[in-house]
Amino acid sequence: MGLSGLRYPEWSRSQPFIPNYERMLDKKGIAKRIAQELQDGWYVNLGIGIPTLIANYVPDGVSVEFQSENGILGMGPFPFDGEEDADLINAGKQTITAMKGACIFDSATSFAMIRGRHIQLTVLGAMEVSDNGDIANWKIPGRMVKGMGGAMDLVASAENIIVAMMHTNKRGKSKLLRQCTLPLTGVNCVKKIVTNLAVLDVVEGGFRLLERAPGVSVEEIQAATEGRLIIEGEIPEMQLD
Amino acid sequence: MNKVVANAQEAIQGIEDNMTLMLGGFGLCGIPENCIAAMVEANIKGLTCISNNAGVDDFGLGLLLQKRQIRKMISSYVGENDEFERQMLSGELEVDLIPQGSLAERCRAGGAGIPAFFTPAGYGTEVGEGKEVRYFNGKPHILEHALTADFAIVKAWKGDRLGNLIYKGTARNFNPMMAMAGKITIAEVEELVEPGELDPNYIHTPGVFVQRIFQGAKYEKRIEQRTVRPKE
Repeated sequence: MGLSGLRYPEWSRSQPFIPNYERMLDKKGIAKRIAQELQDGWYVNLGIGIPTLIANYVPDGVSVEFQSENGILGMGPFPFDGEEDADLINAGKQTITAMKGACIFDSATSFAMIRGRHIQLTVLGAMEVSDNGDIANWKIPGRMVKGMGGAMDLVASAENIIVAMMHTNKRGKSKLLRQCTLPLTGVNCVKKIVTNLAVLDVVEGGFRLLERAPGVSVEEIQAATEGRLIIEGEIPEMQLD
Repeated sequence: MNKVVANAQEAIQGIEDNMTLMLGGFGLCGIPENCIAAMVEANIKGLTCISNNAGVDDFGLGLLLQKRQIRKMISSYVGENDEFERQMLSGELEVDLIPQGSLAERCRAGGAGIPAFFTPAGYGTEVGEGKEVRYFNGKPHILEHALTADFAIVKAWKGDRLGNLIYKGTARNFNPMMAMAGKITIAEVEELVEPGELDPNYIHTPGVFVQRIFQGAKYEKRIEQRTVRPKE
């Protein structure tokens, strides 16, 4: 028998979740788990932060091309010290290299690829995700306004969006919510979320728990999730190696 | 036909206070550094600048911001500039943040004679507020209008006297669309060559879009995030 129907009282969800840093995944672990989702032949757009690390963990036998929305397909690793080129950067403004067979294009063509659904997977970070798939990641009113960059175009059009983020914020508050409190980047668009605690997908009725980080319990994930959590049957641990 | 001007000072002749400009570049990559420096010197004020980013505190458009020469920015991402954030949060600077793909397409549309288009980006967010919504294939889209500018200022790698341009690497970014959308388009290039020296098959911006061209006196080409791996 599974744990479906497990509900914590309201007070426990408003309490900060104190994570056990020993057991949860680090950023690399999140990137490794998402890399398992990559399929041979895909074109993939990786956002800034954790998503960028995914390029380091592409499984053997899988060949993908990375797109950076400032205008390159076939983005390669960082250049060797002394070989950096000011005219070759990614969307995070970091110096990069181009793989053999890479191509370069203008911003309108880049977003034609994105809007036109020629890119199979988008991975990006988020400040909040709601259990109907809304995402907020571009603005904290009155405090932080950096802008949305390409995120709104990406989330509005991508077939397959994975959010890579920590399950809770620095104050221990859940980032997986019933409803986003920050200005939205897109509505009903997130398909899957990989955090330091769990893998979840967004289905009718809420976040469905698919996998636990090694050593993390369903109860801990429940306590760290403010949005509706669907737990069906036994929840396996992530297999990372 | 000769579109060559002597230098940045001559190229920016006619740019007046309160005009709307487009400036190519992504971060500090592919920005028209010589023209920006000339506009700082000329102290042109009240500018509306359409540019994906706003430079950093001491380079790129950040130089115009420091001297309060910009009244309004139309950008998609402005995260690397403290002075920008300060001016925006205090209300000194008007800011219109728009999705990057919509920004690129609005410039392209402006240059291509398409007054507006529907896009899914921004539906259901602040960006979509007050905009016409239409459903296509069951999906909501918002109406976005084309952008044009009094002057577009772009930076290319090579160009010829007729204004044909070739960009290098990811310094291409917004430059080709902005070159199309300026009433007057100024191109500054690293290397100015004679007609015939550029292979017509590899021109990125056809010369018809460019009215003035010059070879920049110097290029710093500053790197914003130097990321390297050690030599093995």
